[in-house]
Amino acid sequence: MLRKALAAGATLIVLAGVGLWVTQPRAVEPARYADLTPDATAGEAVFTAAGCASCHHAPKAEGADKLVLAGGQSFETEFGTFRAPNISPHPEAGIGAWTLEDFAGAVTRGTTPGGSHYYPAFPYAAYARMAPQDVADLWAYMQELPESAETSAPHDLGFPFSIRASLGGWKMLYLSDDWVVTDLAEGAETRGRYLVEALAHCGECHTPRNALGGLDLSAWLTGAPNPSGEGRIPGITPGTLDWSATDIAYYLETGFTPDYDSAGGHMVAVIENFAKLPASDREAVAAYLKALPDGS
Amino acid sequence: MKTFVLAAAIAGLAMPAVAQDFDAQLKARQGQFRILAINLGILGDMAKGEVDYSAEAAQDAADSIQAISMVNQPPLWPEGSGADSRDGTRAKAEIWGDFDDFTSKWAALGEQATALQASAGDGREAVGAGLRELGGACKACHDSYRASPN
Ligand code: HEC
Ligand code: HEC
Ligand code: HEC
Repeated sequence: MLRKALAAGATLIVLAGVGLWVTQPRAVEPARYADLTPDATAGEAVFTAAGCASCHHAPKAEGADKLVLAGGQSFETEFGTFRAPNISPHPEAGIGAWTLEDFAGAVTRGTTPGGSHYYPAFPYAAYARMAPQDVADLWAYMQELPESAETSAPHDLGFPFSIRASLGGWKMLYLSDDWVVTDLAEGAETRGRYLVEALAHCGECHTPRNALGGLDLSAWLTGAPNPSGEGRIPGITPGTLDWSATDIAYYLETGFTPDYDSAGGHMVAVIENFAKLPASDREAVAAYLKALPDGS
Repeated sequence: MKTFVLAAAIAGLAMPAVAQDFDAQLKARQGQFRILAINLGILGDMAKGEVDYSAEAAQDAADSIQAISMVNQPPLWPEGSGADSRDGTRAKAEIWGDFDDFTSKWAALGEQATALQASAGDGREAVGAGLRELGGACKACHDSYRASPN
């Protein structure tokens, strides 16, 4: 009996050791970013599709002020309140002193330049699928944006979520750069997949989460409770959304549903961004959504 | 009655409104949005190219939208008629937290409706552009003041 308990204890210790090692924050491989020629103009479309400004502009910013990434917006979750930091090119208050590798590590791995973990309220679990060229273009574009000297506000989280090291396990379970949906036709459908699964992080809102806050991929885009507590975020797989591809593309451009109701809530920012992208991108998202399994 | 309200307030009791309160106001305000949507549908189907453009039909629809945008809103939104007080509505409590902002968003809709009324006769492209602007005014209000569907 005692020997059994000792053996179990030893196993636990070994597992814990392996756990800490496996769950250490990972930086990106420098080689992936070494030989790229960044293009700031192309980076603007990446920035728009990825919705970085929607979370990082100051609360209540309108018009051109939405490009000042001063941070300060709050996001309520069941784990506590997160506050978006300043990511303007200001060298102290923002991220102006970072390297491309620091930036890529944050956006695609959720790893801070100092080697600790970011919280997944920053949707890096989607951005993990971003192409290195897009990351480099995005970084070039963001360095041209206005600086803000605003100090980033701290999060307001309960224990144990206040401990960043506790995120290692979360990342091991939920951070992956694999596609959620495979077997798509090359072209509009795969472009749509890149926009939905990597850049625009549609799944972060439209997919339900489990108790650990990880996305339930078996219910991909089938709708979820609204984190703000009011109403539900609708499902957008063909099982629930019977709109034509034209209707979906028109909604992403204007916010009008097929019966000419108008979008509200957090979807408004997404539409504002998609209205600025080329029509082919809105059509690509529609093609991807139409190609999804029913999922209702 | 006054004393009762006061007593309840002192006791710290929240008094949930009776479900039937403000039924008429709800019907009226939701109905005006339906009139907007039906007329937008006439224009939107032309903009999408699903229906041939007709200057006359476009003008009628734009005139109706503009007319609805002239309806004075405050009587339709009495305090206590939001989703926090009763069923059957998606109006958020925030409306009454900043009622001036809410009515200014309705005024912004009026400006876009007037612009659309002026351009509806100018062809399919003009209707499409006018709709995008008008849609911005709808979204701006729904963004802050309308809850997600259940
Ligand atoms: C859904 C809201 C949301 C979106 C969209 C979003 N972020 Fe963030 N971001 C956050 C939050 C919240 C944090 C804080 C995370 C933490 O402290 O662990 C953060 C942190 C960051 C950081 C770390 C800053 C620092 O000082 O350490 C960077 C860099 C960043 N985001 C860049 C981006 C970029 C680039 C995009 C678009 C590709 C983006 N974010 C999109 C919410 C968001
Ligand atoms: C920040 C959260 C969020 C993100 C990200 C998001 N959505 Fe939404 N979406 C919503 C909400 C909330 C609604 C409900 C809108 C309303 O109340 O009118 C919605 C509604 C929709 C609808 C209309 C469904 C219906 O039945 O009316 C479609 C289609 C849609 N989203 C597609 C997308 C696509 C495609 C993406 C990615 C490009 C996306 N959404 C990203 C929150 C989000
Ligand atoms: C000033 C704010 C405001 C503006 C502007 C606005 N809406 Fe709304 N809308 C609301 C609110 C609030 C509700 C929820 C009302 C309720 O449920 O009691 C709503 C509800 C609706 C509904 C559902 C009505 C029903 O049957 O329950 C439709 C459709 C609609 N709006 C369409 C539009 C369209 C289209 C536009 C633009 C042409 C628009 N709205 C502009 C605030 C606004």
